[in-house]
Amino acid sequence: MAAKTLNSILSSSALLLGGLLWLLPAAPAHADPLQDQQDFRQHYRQLFPELTLPDYAEGVYAIDPIARQSWQAIEEFPPYEAAIEQGEALFNTPFKNGRRYADCLPDKGIAIAHEYPRWDRAKGEVITLARAVNDCRVDNREAPLPYEKGDMASLLAYLAFTSRGKPITITIPADDPRALAAYQKGKDFYYQRRGQLNFACATCHVQNAGRQLRSEILSPSLGHTSHWPTYRLKWGEMGTLHRRFRECLAQIKARPIPAQSPEFRNLEYFLSFMSNGIPTNGPGTRK
Amino acid sequence: MNIRLIVPSLLLLSCTGMTGIPEQRLDEGRQIAFDRNKGNCLACHVIEDGEAPGNIGPALSAIPSRFKDKRQLREQIWDATRFNPETSMPPFGRNNVLDAEEIDKVVDYLWSLE
Ligand code: HEC
Ligand code: HEC
Repeated sequence: MAAKTLNSILSSSALLLGGLLWLLPAAPAHADPLQDQQDFRQHYRQLFPELTLPDYAEGVYAIDPIARQSWQAIEEFPPYEAAIEQGEALFNTPFKNGRRYADCLPDKGIAIAHEYPRWDRAKGEVITLARAVNDCRVDNREAPLPYEKGDMASLLAYLAFTSRGKPITITIPADDPRALAAYQKGKDFYYQRRGQLNFACATCHVQNAGRQLRSEILSPSLGHTSHWPTYRLKWGEMGTLHRRFRECLAQIKARPIPAQSPEFRNLEYFLSFMSNGIPTNGPGTRK
Repeated sequence: MNIRLIVPSLLLLSCTGMTGIPEQRLDEGRQIAFDRNKGNCLACHVIEDGEAPGNIGPALSAIPSRFKDKRQLREQIWDATRFNPETSMPPFGRNNVLDAEEIDKVVDYLWSLE
């Protein structure tokens, strides 16, 4: 058992992470993130044998050649460029007390986006990058920003941009069982059916990935966290990952859950861990 | 109406065994099945000439040959999880997506399909 786990860590890190991370937990049988990750990827390998891991960063465009063409045309003059610039300006503007975002965040906030969300031992919860930004504001007596769009989306666009090309690198520290529990909650959420239409997230993005719901091809959830925030043509503006979560929930007529709630942060933790090793390409565009 | 049209359609009625269901009711059933805010069955099924159908479930045609009777078809729509716990099909009756009358109309409509 130990040998097998070690083996999977080695192959996973050699292949996907360039060697690091995921400290070995004394995992109970029901929560083995590395095993989950392998099963998850195996499922998609069977569905889409032609895709390589980095391809999943492109979402549905990796499997929909027609939509891909319009997407590539849009990416030539990316509609998120203004948000990156605005975000950079916001990021470098000092708070009223003279301190800055760079003073709160690891490595002054540059090229860290691919390492979020992370487990915060002191707070005992999953901290997303959006939450870290607002925690910084509140610690410096600034009002928190709304989480779904606007200035928050711009700040995240800039931060994501500084991480472009870096592989998603999510850790679940072995020495704090609460981290594994948070991961497990996120996973359970993903597979739990809910709403009047009785769908789980996994019903559409795992079970039926690649199939068509009306004229919409369903994307695999592998890579779902790689390209945020995103300029969505339907929104006509930038929006955050949790805005998209909320929209998919509304689609299935489920009880609404706010952006950055513990449920959504745990969900992001799970999904991001599944996507470890996929290069981040945020901010993105989607239809 | 032209007599040459009536004869084949009568034949059709008798072989699908649905004599006596008014055209209007079948139309209503079809509308409920197609409407995005009602059954939205086209999200997952090809049905007749319905536009932009999905392909999550099988095409819905030749229904009478696939179900024992209308009651069994009704159960599939009322709560597909009874037949397949892993199904992607929403439980339209159990979760009140459609009411009983609406489901009956959809059943009559589907039963009439070639
Ligand atoms: C009824 C089907 C359905 C369900 C259930 C569903 N989604 Fe989606 N989701 C879609 C469709 C359709 C899209 C847009 C096309 C695509 O990228 O798959 C989408 C897109 C997304 C995207 C954006 C993908 C990208 O590349 O930008 C995310 C993230 C997402 N869904 C997460 C979720 C989560 C989390 C849940 C559960 C709370 C969920 N979805 C449930 C249908 C669904
Ligand atoms: C989100 C997907 C989805 C939607 C929406 C949906 N179905 Fe289905 N349906 C399925 C799937 C998948 C099956 C295949 C059997 C199974 O998994 O239970 C199925 C099977 C069926 C069958 C059985 C077909 C056969 O020959 O076995 C009937 C009849 C049916 N659906 C009718 C409907 C009707 C009527 C509606 C709308 C009121 C509807 N479905 C909406 C996914 C869906």
